Amino acid sequence: MQDLPAGKPVVTDTHPSLLDRTMEAAARATPEPLANTVRGLSDRMVAWLFIAPTILLLLAINIFPLIWAIQLSFTNYRANRPNEVVKNIGLQNYERILTDTDTWIAMQTTAHFVFWTILLQTLIGFTLAYLIDRKFRGHAFWTTIILVPMMLSPAVVGNFWRFLYEPQIGLFTYIVSFFTGIATTDILMLSNVKLAPWSIIIVDTWMWTPYVMLICLAGLRSIPDYIYEAAEVDRASNWRQFWSITLPMALPFIMLAVLFRGIENFKMFDMVNLLTGGGPGSTTEVASITLKREAFEKWRTGFSSAFAIILFVAVFGLANIYVKVLNRVKSR
Amino acid sequence: MSAAAHSVVEPSTTSKRVAATLVIVYAVVSMIPLFWIFATSFKTPPDSIAYPPKVVFTPSIEGYCNLFTTRTRQTAEYINSLPPATSFCDETTRKRNMVIAGPSNFLPRFLNSIVIAFGSTFLAVFLGTLAAYGFSRFKVPLADDLLFFILSTRFMPPIAVAIPIYLMYREIGLSDTALGMILLYTAVNVSLAVWLLKGFIDEIPREYEEAAMIDGYTRLQAFWRVVLPQATTGIAATAIFCLIFAWNEYAFAALLTSGTAQTAPPFIPTIIGEGGQDWPAVAAGTTIFLVPILVFTILLRKQLLRGITFGAVRK
Repeated sequence: MQDLPAGKPVVTDTHPSLLDRTMEAAARATPEPLANTVRGLSDRMVAWLFIAPTILLLLAINIFPLIWAIQLSFTNYRANRPNEVVKNIGLQNYERILTDTDTWIAMQTTAHFVFWTILLQTLIGFTLAYLIDRKFRGHAFWTTIILVPMMLSPAVVGNFWRFLYEPQIGLFTYIVSFFTGIATTDILMLSNVKLAPWSIIIVDTWMWTPYVMLICLAGLRSIPDYIYEAAEVDRASNWRQFWSITLPMALPFIMLAVLFRGIENFKMFDMVNLLTGGGPGSTTEVASITLKREAFEKWRTGFSSAFAIILFVAVFGLANIYVKVLNRVKSR
Repeated sequence: MSAAAHSVVEPSTTSKRVAATLVIVYAVVSMIPLFWIFATSFKTPPDSIAYPPKVVFTPSIEGYCNLFTTRTRQTAEYINSLPPATSFCDETTRKRNMVIAGPSNFLPRFLNSIVIAFGSTFLAVFLGTLAAYGFSRFKVPLADDLLFFILSTRFMPPIAVAIPIYLMYREIGLSDTALGMILLYTAVNVSLAVWLLKGFIDEIPREYEEAAMIDGYTRLQAFWRVVLPQATTGIAATAIFCLIFAWNEYAFAALLTSGTAQTAPPFIPTIIGEGGQDWPAVAAGTTIFLVPILVFTILLRKQLLRGITFGAVRK
């Protein structure tokens, strides 16, 4: 950015627009204090004029439907039977969800996914970031290559992984069988009860490790060199430096990545829906899949609204913590 | 000081070499699925399901033919009675005892993706720029709470949002319309746009506008002629992030559109041939769908970190 030339107008405007001219004329015709309001809207007016459309849109598309969902969650409404009399059933939906074993199983499945994907992504992501931070020649190029998967559509690419997982003809099964010697026909990634959850964890890790890596890399780069230099003077070993400088100083960034991935995977839908659809049986049925089945297959709208509200509250809590960490990282 | 002593600040050659090898191995392995999508899109259906998987094969555009057309099986007599094939696609289809019946739904779905992604991006960036300027320059009461509210809407589980949206759109006639999807994606993207752009606008010194206003510009003129031109990089980066989100989105599209407004992500998995999924055609559709994103990722590489952390981490 250049400095402004002193004494000259910032932008020379030889052709004032019609609006400007009308405003100017109107301003000249009014008494002085009012003139400023006409010539330019007051700052407070501008602020609200600028912010209001966004708030209104979010109220219309997010908050109004949310309130509607809260209201529906106390009823037995079914969206596929609009003419049926809707009964108010109080907290029954909530009671049923919180006592239903199926929803608890779905929550456990979700927790299982969140745990393993975050663990793998953080370990691999941080290691990659640490290696890239060695600043070898060409590291910028390879970083960009590594980042590609996370920009792609989880649905479209996840769908293609079904092909890689095909027994017999799939590339993934072929490579696994090549290294382990297990027959390709025995590697049923998507239909074996034990393997199906891992088929999703693998794709998710492939896709989102770069995300964790990028944030960890920022964390590592935010550590000033002089701290390491001081540690060298004190003859701290590399190991010691890693545990008492690198890791603690990068921790807020790791937290940021973990929280964001946690929230995202808590809502995980695209990949599961396309890879296994919740199957075999309900072994990979995460909360979002249960919600989709209840809302758009069984059409239990009231019940699923209550379930949606419960998920909202959980995500909202996590988001709150996330923003706190975000602000902490920002001040660095 | 010797280079070896500075292990972290100035890594040794050996450690650099080890790091480079490991990183390159990871990068190459992680590219295999993408390479396989690209390769499969140029295979014939028999080549695509060969065992062991074929790495070397004669390229064919049959997958792309199948992606854009629908075909019907015909008797040999009927095919022989037809005038000579006019295109490569015609010819390959006939070799498989089929004739091209018409265009497939891929092109309209792809166009829907373009219209909805660009429409929602334009709206989100427009609204986001205004709101970001408002939050950046003025004392807005409860600004932090409003900003948190704006961001929190992005964290809502899509399926949970889709239930009431489905009912609302059914009431007001926005079900399965491009406009409905544009409004929905705008609402999701505007949170990202506000947060990202607020960061970019915060970086433009206030003195610029103040100088302009001393020179007789109104607040709006200063915003239009001083701030916006300075913010173009930020606006472009934000727009690309919004575009990528809307382009990739699947959950809302799968649940709220079924026909006229369906976008490419829910459509591509439904491409089937005879006896199951037509993988070369799926790969062809996936390739066409991914290429714009690859280009954008390369353009954005310096801003990626900012984009994925809502503008918090700037490097």
